Amino acid sequence: MHELGIVFHVIKSVEQIAAENQVDAVSAVTLEIGEVSGIVHSYILDCWRWAADRSEVMKGSELKIEEIHAVTHCEACKRDYDTVAHGRTCPHCGSEKTYLLAGNEINIKEIEVPETA
Amino acid sequence: MSKVRILEVKQSVFANNDAQAEALRADLKEKGVFLLNLMSSPGAGKTTTLTRTIEALRDEMKIGVMEADIDSDVDAETIAKTGAKTIQLHTGGMCHLDAEMTKQGLEGLGSDDVELAVLENVGNLVCPAEFDTGAVKNAMILSVPEGHDKPLKYPLMFSICDVVLINKVDVLPYFDFDMEQCRKNIALRNPNALVIPICAKTGEGIEEWADYLRREVANWKA
Repeated sequence: MHELGIVFHVIKSVEQIAAENQVDAVSAVTLEIGEVSGIVHSYILDCWRWAADRSEVMKGSELKIEEIHAVTHCEACKRDYDTVAHGRTCPHCGSEKTYLLAGNEINIKEIEVPETA
Repeated sequence: MSKVRILEVKQSVFANNDAQAEALRADLKEKGVFLLNLMSSPGAGKTTTLTRTIEALRDEMKIGVMEADIDSDVDAETIAKTGAKTIQLHTGGMCHLDAEMTKQGLEGLGSDDVELAVLENVGNLVCPAEFDTGAVKNAMILSVPEGHDKPLKYPLMFSICDVVLINKVDVLPYFDFDMEQCRKNIALRNPNALVIPICAKTGEGIEEWADYLRREVANWKA
């Protein structure tokens, strides 16, 4: 259900961008999805097929996913580390005063439009 | 292979919703309507807490409630008994409300004469945290049986909340719930969160919560 909500928002945004650019068909949309954004790729692809095919502009369009690596910064020792491997506790100094630098994103990167002759 | 043209977008999925939420907040500021977004897990006591809150404040301010659920209107019926203006919103299977749905809800409620509008969000600690509803303040209820480690498991929810109500403190003797550890866990994710232990059933702590709302509603109108 989480993924479906995200997909609805993506479709709404893409429809708006298509209209602004006088585009009447979209062949693919590329999303950048952070490693720790909580999005399950197979779910969002299933939701996409269902929802995109109900949109006039996006019928049959493909969803492409690019993953963004998750990196956490430690405020105590000022170093960065791999979030998925170490979670919230800094592997260098053991501090819990850490925050996510990257990996929580859900971005629309680009839209592919079939070239008309 | 057919040729394609690429439109560079580079925009967060949440960008449109965030913009709509900002616009809604500006509109509410102009009208002097304070919108509270109340969130929690299913069963943490949102509706009971809300009933107590309305009882504490209904003689001082006009209150309106939007009940968001996937189905049924049992919560709206409960709230309507308090005399507050109530509307039931159905999310049609969606797990959260976004700014546009909230705006439609406020229109349906007829919120212009309301001073305190409360959105009782869908019981869920994941998705409602990601979608700004346009509310002035976010509050969440953590109930004792859920455990003091909830802030560690759902960090985003705790990081976006202005207030955390710890509900059902009357059953503390029966659970391994460590209040101090809970406060520490919340502070780790959000040092600015105001934590108020309450019991919606007995009314304990409700006055402190009602005081917070009195202050915030007055500040918003100022």
